[in-house]
Amino acid sequence: MSDLYRVEDLRLSLPDMTRKPLFGAAPRIEILKGMSFTIPKGQVLGIVGGSGSGKSTLGRALVRLLEPTGGRVTFDGTDLTHLPEPALRPLRHRFQMIFQDPMSSLNPRMSVARIIAAPLSLHGRPNPREGALEALERVGLPRSFGARFPHELSGGQRQRIGIARAIALRPDFILADEIVSGLDVSSQAQVLSILRNLVREMNLTLAFISHDLSVIRRLCDRVLVLHQGEIVEDAACEALFAAPQAAYTRELLEAIPEPDPKKPWFERAS
Amino acid sequence: MSYLRIRDLSVVLRGTRHRLLRDVSLDVSATEVMGLVGESGAGKSMIGKAVLGILPRSARIVSGSIELDGVDLLTLPPRKRRTLVGRKAALIPQDPLTALNPARRIEPQITDRLVDILGWDRARARTRAAEILHDVHIPQPDRVLRAYPHELSGGMRQRVLIASAFAAEPRLIVADEPTTALDVTVQKQILKLIFEMQARHETALLFVTHDLGVVSKICQRLTVLYGGLVMEEAEVGAFFDAPQHPYSRALLAATPRHTDPDADLTPVPDAVIAEARRAVAEADLRWHT
Repeated sequence: MSDLYRVEDLRLSLPDMTRKPLFGAAPRIEILKGMSFTIPKGQVLGIVGGSGSGKSTLGRALVRLLEPTGGRVTFDGTDLTHLPEPALRPLRHRFQMIFQDPMSSLNPRMSVARIIAAPLSLHGRPNPREGALEALERVGLPRSFGARFPHELSGGQRQRIGIARAIALRPDFILADEIVSGLDVSSQAQVLSILRNLVREMNLTLAFISHDLSVIRRLCDRVLVLHQGEIVEDAACEALFAAPQAAYTRELLEAIPEPDPKKPWFERAS
Repeated sequence: MSYLRIRDLSVVLRGTRHRLLRDVSLDVSATEVMGLVGESGAGKSMIGKAVLGILPRSARIVSGSIELDGVDLLTLPPRKRRTLVGRKAALIPQDPLTALNPARRIEPQITDRLVDILGWDRARARTRAAEILHDVHIPQPDRVLRAYPHELSGGMRQRVLIASAFAAEPRLIVADEPTTALDVTVQKQILKLIFEMQARHETALLFVTHDLGVVSKICQRLTVLYGGLVMEEAEVGAFFDAPQHPYSRALLAATPRHTDPDADLTPVPDAVIAEARRAVAEADLRWHT
């Protein structure tokens, strides 16, 4: 199995605007402190960590919504690290993103069909509308949903529109950034199972960012655990749950309240 | 003897006959932790808001009663009700960022209620604020009292709000999804703190959440809601062994269990939703006629 992504010593720093002096440059904070890993083709990679661990920044660097300040990101043989936008544009249809909050990432004035067709027409695909309706069917929604508007849909349905938009271009890689964290458990289960099927059917490589380890066990093949800008654990999913190595991973696992009153979680004070 | 006793409470969307809460009855005894569970739109927050008298203007109570410590709140004149609820109950809100006024220091945001409702003088209120911040394990309470909300981390802000809720020694706390905006590791600390404070102050706690995992860890009983209608009310131990209502069973099956390698997540089946909707429709039919 060949690697779709190769990431070597990836570093990224951003200016800290809260500490910017009135004149002059803001001090920079290092968000990614040198990460190296690969994503083999067809793998579902979970990226987990607390807030501020750099998981979203890492994701955004992978799809080049942010430019790394050090290291290298190679996508299927092409070095993306500092590739200028005009050179990136023809590659962008190969890596797509699903955003966390479907309410703010779907244009409220556009119908569902137009939303999903937008990337298709941007990349000059023939018959974008038909492509959009096909994508809708792939996420288990009827074609008639194409005429609806985002506010008419439930949270889970909106997130499925986000997925449909990402798969419409038939990309090789999809980045899903906290896509179930705002959903009810039932919609969450549904979105996860749709995603799992799409990965199989469309031969996708997926990076799934989450702050919650409990949702990824059934989805991911491998998990990266991030803490303060560094990879603290990189393990096969089952191995990670069976025997977590890093102290921070254990802390994350122990913090999940499992729905079982018989398993102690913290000592009752009374 | 229940400290909070709600009977047949119905709330409608103002100007319509559409009910947001449908004949809700529930009891919380003086030192009990009751979980209110349901998906978004189930009306779980609405119950807490109705008790505290902070329903949005678009919602109106049309029938039923809410008794707090034996007094029916809905028959009281608004001013009296506000004073009574302010003395006996308090809210731990969902979003620690929006619940604090960004333009004011922490101190007045805690002490205002002590001065307004309990009639304390500022000096006494300030001492109490420092004391209660100490109780929620905030180091250097005096520094935090002078700070603005943006100077504190999310977990710290949530601690301030917990302190603020307990400051006036209320007998009932309504916690409205107090940890959904937080990290799992911070969530655990905050839940532990709420639970510790509840036990030490011996209050009743109405805990609104969508997370059955959290309920299993901190509640003694729970009420499952769908469409503003109570689906099931049970002891936590019995519920997690064998939920009685099909909707509760489906909700539990959709909740992740990370320690079980074979547990799959199943969305609530359409048939179960249809059945729950039918129950809602039947309740409405009885109510309208």
